[in-house]
Amino acid sequence: MTGAPVRRDGPPLPSTLKELSRPGRRAWSLPDLDVPEADLPDGHRRAEAPPLPEVAERDVVRHFTRLSQMNYGVDTGFYPLGSCSMKYNPKVAEAVAALPGFQRLHPHQPDETIQGALELLWRLERALCEITGMHRATLQPPAGASGELTGLLIMRAAHTKSGDPRSKILIPDSAHGTNPASVTLSGYRPVKVPSNERGLVDLEALRSLVDEDVAGLMLTNPNTLGLFEEEIQGIADAVHGVGALLYYDGANLNAIIGRTRPGDMGFDIVHINTHKTFATPHGGGGPGAGPVAVAERLERFLPSPVVARDEDSGAFRWDHDRKDSIGRVHGWNGNFGILVRAFAYVFGHGRDGLKEVGERAVLNANYLAELVKGRYPLAYPAGRPMHEFVSTAKPLKRHGVRAMDVAKRLIDLGFHPSTVYFPLVVEEAMMVEPTETESKETLDAFADAMLRVAKEAEDDPDLLHEAPVTTPVRRLDEAKAARELKLRW
Amino acid sequence: MRFAPHTDDDVREMLAACELSSLDDLFSQIPESLRLARDLDVPEGLSEMELLWEMRRLASKDRHADEMVCFAGGGAYDHYIPALVWALAGRSELYTSYTPYQPEVSQGILQALFEYQSMICDLTALDVSNASLYDGATALVEAAHMALGATGRTRVLVSEGVDPRYWEALRTYGRGSGYEPEPVRLRDGLTEVPVVGDDVAAVILQHPNVFGNLEPAREVFDAARDGGARAIHAFDPLSLGVLAPPGELGADIAVAEGQALGNHLAYGGPYLGIMAARMQDVRRMPGRIAGETVDVDGRTGYVLTLQAREQHIRREKATSNICTNQTLMAVAATIYLAWLGPEGLAELGRHCLSKARYTAERLADLSGVEMAFPGASFLKEFAVRTRVDPHEVRRRLIAQGFLVGPVVLDAGDRSVLLVSVTERRHRDEIDAFVKAFEEAAS
Repeated sequence: MTGAPVRRDGPPLPSTLKELSRPGRRAWSLPDLDVPEADLPDGHRRAEAPPLPEVAERDVVRHFTRLSQMNYGVDTGFYPLGSCSMKYNPKVAEAVAALPGFQRLHPHQPDETIQGALELLWRLERALCEITGMHRATLQPPAGASGELTGLLIMRAAHTKSGDPRSKILIPDSAHGTNPASVTLSGYRPVKVPSNERGLVDLEALRSLVDEDVAGLMLTNPNTLGLFEEEIQGIADAVHGVGALLYYDGANLNAIIGRTRPGDMGFDIVHINTHKTFATPHGGGGPGAGPVAVAERLERFLPSPVVARDEDSGAFRWDHDRKDSIGRVHGWNGNFGILVRAFAYVFGHGRDGLKEVGERAVLNANYLAELVKGRYPLAYPAGRPMHEFVSTAKPLKRHGVRAMDVAKRLIDLGFHPSTVYFPLVVEEAMMVEPTETESKETLDAFADAMLRVAKEAEDDPDLLHEAPVTTPVRRLDEAKAARELKLRW
Repeated sequence: MRFAPHTDDDVREMLAACELSSLDDLFSQIPESLRLARDLDVPEGLSEMELLWEMRRLASKDRHADEMVCFAGGGAYDHYIPALVWALAGRSELYTSYTPYQPEVSQGILQALFEYQSMICDLTALDVSNASLYDGATALVEAAHMALGATGRTRVLVSEGVDPRYWEALRTYGRGSGYEPEPVRLRDGLTEVPVVGDDVAAVILQHPNVFGNLEPAREVFDAARDGGARAIHAFDPLSLGVLAPPGELGADIAVAEGQALGNHLAYGGPYLGIMAARMQDVRRMPGRIAGETVDVDGRTGYVLTLQAREQHIRREKATSNICTNQTLMAVAATIYLAWLGPEGLAELGRHCLSKARYTAERLADLSGVEMAFPGASFLKEFAVRTRVDPHEVRRRLIAQGFLVGPVVLDAGDRSVLLVSVTERRHRDEIDAFVKAFEEAAS
C-alpha cells in the first residue's frame, strides 16, 4: 500500500554528477553580451576554473529525478517519525508561496511596496499569539533551534536588565538535544531535571533544583514522551517563585492546539516549529521557521525589527526603533516563504480546523498505541499518550533484536520507521507519531507490520538483522564514514 | 481546509478501541482549569478557493521584482533561475521528506547533499563544506564561533565593509558567546590591513564588500593568519567563476549567502547559509555533513557523518545548536550549479561585471551622481553618491518602475545608494534605468 523508494532489483544506482561529467558538455545558456566586455584587475581573477561537473541538461534532469525516486517523503507513504510531525503538506500552500507578490519580493524593498507581505506577517503573528496565549511574537528565527536560542537570549536580556543575569537553565532529561545546545550558546549552563516514574518532571526534584541563580526552565508540553505535564501549574509556580522564566518548546504544540495554551499554563516564552504544527514541508532537513512568542513584559526584548501597524492609516511598517531588543537573529526577516505556507495552513483551517488537527492527531496516536502496545509496551503506561507515544522494543532483546532492527525491517515492509533511541531516557525507544492526516486503514496496516515484525523477531531474527534488503542500499557502515572521511568527490 | 481523513464511523471505532466515549476524553489529563473554555479567536476556516482569493488579494498589494526592473542587491540578487531548478527540487519525494536519519530510504537527499558539499569545495577551493546553515548572516556567526573554539582566543575583528545586517547578527549572538565584534577600519571603501594580536580569534572580511568593492583580501587574510587568527571570508558564490576563490586568497573559513544559487528572492528567505573550511576545522564545523561509505554488500552509499559534533548526540557540548537547516535550498543550489558548470559560471560572472561596469559608467556621467569609491574595483554591485537624498532617489526610481538599493552608510556615516546589475538586465533596461536615474537624481 505504501512504497519504499526505488527497489534494489531496479536499475543501477546513479553515478555522481562528477562521474557523468565530460569536458565541453553543457546545460547553460545565456543571451549574447549586449554591452562592451569588461575585465577584472590583476590579482582578483580566478586562475583556474572551478572543477564543477560539465553535464547536459538531460543529465541533470535524469540524475535528480532518479535521486528523488530514492527518497521517501510524506507524499510517498506513512512517515511516523516521533517528534517530527510528518503530516501531509498541503499543495495549496506551495501554490500561494509561489505567487509573484510573495516569491518575487526583494528583502530590501521599502515598506510602502510590501504592504501585503507585512499584513500577512502581522496577521500570522496575531494568530500565533492567540494560539499560544502570548502577547507578541517575532517571526525572524529560521528554525526551531534558532527560536530556542532567541528565547534564551531574550531571557538573558530580561534578567540582565533587572541587574541579575543568573547562570543556569533547567532542562528535563527527556528534552531534545537542541535545548542544552542552545543553552550553551546563550551563555548559560544547563542543569538536568530528572523525570519521575510516570515520565513527567519530578516536581520535588525540581523544587530542590530551583534557586536564585536559575534563569529559567525549558519544557516541552506534552513532553517528548508524548505525555502531558499535568503538574504544570506547580512547575510554573516553582520556577516563577525564584524569579525565573518558563520557556515552552513548541515541538509538540500540535497536540493541544485549540484545547489549552502555553500562556494559560504560565509560560513566558514560546517557540513554534512551523513544520510540525503548521505542516510546512520539511525539505529533507529544512527549511523551517521558528517564531517566538512572548508575554507582554518581555515584548521589548524581541529581535528587531517587528511589524508595526499604524492605527489611523492601517499601514504596516517595520519598527527598528527598539532599544532593548536583543538585535537581529537572522540576516533578513526569517524564512518568509515558509511563513506564507504557515499562514495558509492557519487561516485555511481556521478555529475549528485547528482544533480538529490536535484532536485527530491525539486520536490516531492513542489508537495506534492501543494496537501495538501488546508487543511493544508503552514506556510509561500510567499516562495517556497525546499526539505520539513511546514504546520500547526491549522484549525483543532476548531474541537478539533491537529497535534499529525493527526499524529496518519496517522499511522492507514499505513503511518509514518510527524514531528510535529517542528520548534517551527510554531503553530501546520507539517513538511513534502518526499525525492527524493518516487514515485508520493506514494505522491498521502499520500496526499489522509492527506486530508481524515482533513475531518475526521470535521466529527468524536474522530476517530483521539482514533488513533492509529491498532498498537501493542496505545498512551502511557509519563507522567507516566517520573514520575514513569522504565528504566530497 | 481539512486534511484529516476520518469518517464519523472511524472516530467511533477508534475511540471504542481506546475504551473512550468522546474525543474530549483524549484530553482528560489536561487540568480543567487550563482548558480553553472558548474557541480560538481565529477566523472560520476557508475552502481552498477562498484561501487563494484571500492570499492573491494580499500578494496583489505588493509591488514585486517582475513588475519592476530589479537593480536591487545588498546581499540578495535577481539572478535568473533556470526552469529545471524547481522542477527538480520541487519534486515532492524530496521536499516532503525529513532529515535523512534513515539513510536506506534517504539516498536521494544524502547524495544530493554530498554533491552539494563537493561543488561548494570546488567553488571555494577549500577542503570541506557542511550541508547548509540558515543564511549568510548566521553562517558568519557560526564561523566566528568556530574560530573562537579553534584558537582559544577571545576577540573577533570585523571589517566595516561587512554588511550591517551581519554586524547586527554578530552582536546579537556575541552576547551569548561572550564577545563583542570589533571594527577594522575602511579607507576609501576598502579594508585596512589590521593589527592582529595574540588574543584575536578571527578576522572577518566580506569580499566583494557591502559596497560591492573588491577588497585587498590576500593582504588581510595574510595578516590574520600571521597573527594566528582564523581568516574568515564572506563571499558571493556567483562571483567565483571569475574572482579568485577563498582558498586561494588564504581564507580558513568561507561563508556566504547562497540565495543567488537558484533560490527565489522570497523577501529574504528561505535562503542558504554556505560554509566551507580547511580540514583542520572539520570537527568544529556546525550542522550536518554527508559522507560517502559502503553498505554491507560493499555498495557505495551516503550517510550523515561526524554526528558526534551535533546536538542530538553531544547536547550541551555540541559545536552548534542547529538541527533543521536549509537542505532544500542546498539541493536547488546543486541543481543550479550543475546547470551552469564551470564555463557557465565564468560567463555569467563576465556578464555581471560587464553590465555593472556599463551601468556605472553611464550613471557616473550624470549630473548630481558620482561613484562613491572611484578608486575601487567592483564586480556586479557598486555604490553611488547622489546630491539628492538617496532615499528620495530610490523612491522616485521605484515610482518609475526601477527597484534599486539598499541605501547604506559609508565609513563617514554618509548615505550611499547601492546598484546591482545581474546577467538578467539587458542593455535596453539599463539605458532606461539610467534615464530614469537622471530625473530622479536631479
